[in-house]
Amino acid sequence: MADTRTTGIPFNVTQGSKTKGGIGESTLRPDGTLKVTGEFAYSSDMWHEDMLWGQILRSPVAHAEILSIDTGEALATPGVYAVLTYDDLPTDVKNYGLEIQDTPVLAHGKVRHHGEPVAIVAADHPETARRAAAKIKVEYRELPVITDEASATAPDAILVHEGRDDHHIGHVPHPNIVHRQPIVRGNAEEAAKKADFVVKGEYYFGMQDQAFLGPESGLAVPSEDGGVDLYVATQWLHSDLKQIAPVLGLPEDKVRMTLSGVGGAFGGREDLSMQIHACLLALRTGKPVKIVYNRFESFFGHVHRHPARLYYEHGATKDGKLTHMKCKIVLDGGAYASASPAVVGNASSLSVGPYVIDDVDIEAIALYSNNPPCGAMRGFGAVQACFAYEAQMDKLADKVGMDRVAFRQLNAMEQGTLLPTGQPVDSPAPVAELLRRVQAMPLPMERQWESSEGSDVRQLPGGLSNTTHGEGVVRGVGYAVGIKNVGFSEGFDDYSTAKVRMEVINGEAVATVHTAMAEVGQGGITVHAQIARTELGVGQVTIHPADTQVGSAGSTSASRQTYVTGGAVKNACELVREKVLEIGRRKKGTYHPAWATAELLLEGGKVVTDGGEVLADLVDVLEGEVVELEEEWRHRPTVPFDLVTGQGNGHVQYSFAAHRAVVEVDTELGLVKVIELACAQDVGKALNPLSVVGQIQGGTLQGMGIAVMEEIVVDPKTAKVRNPSFTDYLLPTILDTPTIPVDVLELADDHAPYGLRGIGEAPTLSSTPAVLAAIRNATGLELDRTPVRPEHLTGTGPA
Amino acid sequence: MRVNFTVNGRQQEADDVWEGESLLYVLRERMGLPGSKNACEQGECGSCTVRLDGVPVCSCLVAAGQVEGRDVVTVEGLAEFARQRAQHGGCASGACGDDAGKAGRAGTSLQDAQQWQSRPSDSQTGEGDELSPIQQAFIDAGAVQCGFCTPGLLVAADEMLERNPDPSDADIREGLSGNLCRCTGYEKIMDAVRLAAARQSATVPSQGA
Repeated sequence: MADTRTTGIPFNVTQGSKTKGGIGESTLRPDGTLKVTGEFAYSSDMWHEDMLWGQILRSPVAHAEILSIDTGEALATPGVYAVLTYDDLPTDVKNYGLEIQDTPVLAHGKVRHHGEPVAIVAADHPETARRAAAKIKVEYRELPVITDEASATAPDAILVHEGRDDHHIGHVPHPNIVHRQPIVRGNAEEAAKKADFVVKGEYYFGMQDQAFLGPESGLAVPSEDGGVDLYVATQWLHSDLKQIAPVLGLPEDKVRMTLSGVGGAFGGREDLSMQIHACLLALRTGKPVKIVYNRFESFFGHVHRHPARLYYEHGATKDGKLTHMKCKIVLDGGAYASASPAVVGNASSLSVGPYVIDDVDIEAIALYSNNPPCGAMRGFGAVQACFAYEAQMDKLADKVGMDRVAFRQLNAMEQGTLLPTGQPVDSPAPVAELLRRVQAMPLPMERQWESSEGSDVRQLPGGLSNTTHGEGVVRGVGYAVGIKNVGFSEGFDDYSTAKVRMEVINGEAVATVHTAMAEVGQGGITVHAQIARTELGVGQVTIHPADTQVGSAGSTSASRQTYVTGGAVKNACELVREKVLEIGRRKKGTYHPAWATAELLLEGGKVVTDGGEVLADLVDVLEGEVVELEEEWRHRPTVPFDLVTGQGNGHVQYSFAAHRAVVEVDTELGLVKVIELACAQDVGKALNPLSVVGQIQGGTLQGMGIAVMEEIVVDPKTAKVRNPSFTDYLLPTILDTPTIPVDVLELADDHAPYGLRGIGEAPTLSSTPAVLAAIRNATGLELDRTPVRPEHLTGTGPA
Repeated sequence: MRVNFTVNGRQQEADDVWEGESLLYVLRERMGLPGSKNACEQGECGSCTVRLDGVPVCSCLVAAGQVEGRDVVTVEGLAEFARQRAQHGGCASGACGDDAGKAGRAGTSLQDAQQWQSRPSDSQTGEGDELSPIQQAFIDAGAVQCGFCTPGLLVAADEMLERNPDPSDADIREGLSGNLCRCTGYEKIMDAVRLAAARQSATVPSQGA
């Protein structure tokens, strides 16, 4: 081998083979084996010698002044090491928040929602900590509760946040409104005169919970330099760090954060939960402190999906062309701002859905109230709007007398269509095609509970409860389609960072990818390894644990991570590749003219020309050298929406999905069984087809959950949460779940790495209205709220 | 109190157990077996499913004292349990494992916890890891996303396939209805169980007609 090279004879004895495990393949998860053997360490599995357990005392009332807190008895409990309240916070920074710092680390003076943290305890056994927390005496003077738009904006309404001074306050009509975004384009009043048919609707979307299975948890370990190491499940390490360090009074480099195993997120880990509490207790006691929420606490410990009231008016000509749309969307943000301003931006800018409507008059607001705080959840403001506009499309199609799918296709946006914000959709927008595809899928058989062996009650509404054998059961079919933005919008600097290293280990060229991306189950680490293999031609890729020792990756949300951090990894790999080729030219360049003249690639562990000639083994090129660099990567910039007109190129990319739902309803008992929920989605480019389908199916089921069962129920009189448990908050089981066939379309977006589109959220949008449409189709009922409950179908209870 | 029981075939003794402690707590925090997960701690989600004398139970609902003298199999012992069952022609007692557990230390140390590697050859073939058929099928079918429900689902699915090696889709749904998953939409879990059943029936010699 060496002889061949030293002669200077062209070294092209073999053809380069493509690297296995690159993009486009369904490579398996690198963490899969650990997860099936029980060895994968989730944040609640962390353990440290001499560790204490933290516990949080939460408010039993929604709105009250705190008159006094007595921690004496709790502190005197054997095994208790610390009891901290607001008075023990170490600096003047006593609040945190994603955009507006209005969330108290511990309540001071007032509690604003049921379950708000009031005090924290560290003890040597979790039960000791719980019992000690129960001994803290807090005296409350209850205040009237604000629970809806009317009570929030009443002339004499108590302000949820007295003395607000954030940057939205100048643009809202009342201090109990977090943010307001109007969007005016064309002239809806004038256009309405052209309408032959007008439909109006008022819709209510219930409060959904992310209900990730891994509870909020983590371990804070005090370090010798006075700092703290925090091992935690989160969606964005650097965002947490920015909020934690000032409260602790530590520079950011003394709060070292490492991602520990994340048991799902769905937006619920964007805000802080136990992070600061664990750090405070660790720094106070000088001992490692672990906090693990139980499920009850988890319902209080993270924000939920905004419940919404939506008022819509649409018009259409007798030919079926949409004329105009007016809407008002009222989102209940609860006691603290969280991501509410951005949710308002999404709900307003995507409120027309994937349709061409030139004349619109839109307003979206988010309220401050004493209901549980709401923020990010999969679909982020677009979900609520989709539920309403899709119900409107069905009503309008019926009025015009058109087929519901054909009506949508007639009005479907295409590449080039302007959003109400004036921004053109400058990538493929296959809305009509997705509807065509989902409609073309074969329908499930009629009376599928019957077979030659008799009837299987398990497949009927009510299932094993044996409530029907088919009598009173009717079938319905419904369609819906939606548009979701990808990435953070409105001028947000939505960048990511990747550090890529390449070297020879044990005689093999190995790449290491280090980012701060939170792997929350979506499979980002799988895709990063695939990208590195594709770009660097190596088989072996090590994914370095995510931590704050590398630059920010941004949030694992808004369907953005494969686009943005994937883009950063690709970019960093390309730069590493250039450096590797430089080394190659230096070491081997004299052996073959192609080193200087041809386009060179790294494939199958070799340097090859674009013609497939092999120039060198990577091992020989790299021997003795390490190539490593860290790079930030940005997508195209966006701008904020104008606060008066709503105009502006605020979004990065769009993602489209369509659903067809088939349901069977027992009209006597009001029980619904979703039989099938077919989805067609454009993913731009499926980097990992297996994961893509898994994401689409998971998102589809979350949309079904809100359609037929999931809702956090808040008492309208007291603003207390009635169902904070998995017994009372109903989640779809495998028995409730239909088959979910998926048709994946790949129309590349030329602006995105590999042409990909963010995929995680879009399927959550159209799933809900498709199920509702199917239930309406089966029953003939109007059904203007989620979730649909038996009493809505039997007419035996309030809406 | 002191509790003596067998975990994954190994005799264990837990001291100073508070009478309110669950089996789940003892496994996770005293035995160093955090594979069983703590998602709802009220028997609704199935994430903490283990086998107690062969029967799947939510370990969060079992008081530690109830397991005195009994046999527990957790996800950590599942591969060995399945291997012994295959060798000895079925073992539902929970007593067939012998050395699978890593008991004796508490929790997961930070050093153990943090590294994962991407090995395309290994993840494609499962090479190098002794997994039970249901564990391998979950990986191959893409049934693992965040994975928090996975240990409980594996224990439940393995037991269901032991009882019913050729389940219909309705059987699978009924058998796994006590285990919540929030990520997958369950479709790939269905695929995984079908795959494990098919592989098992392919490896079991035909008894003839």
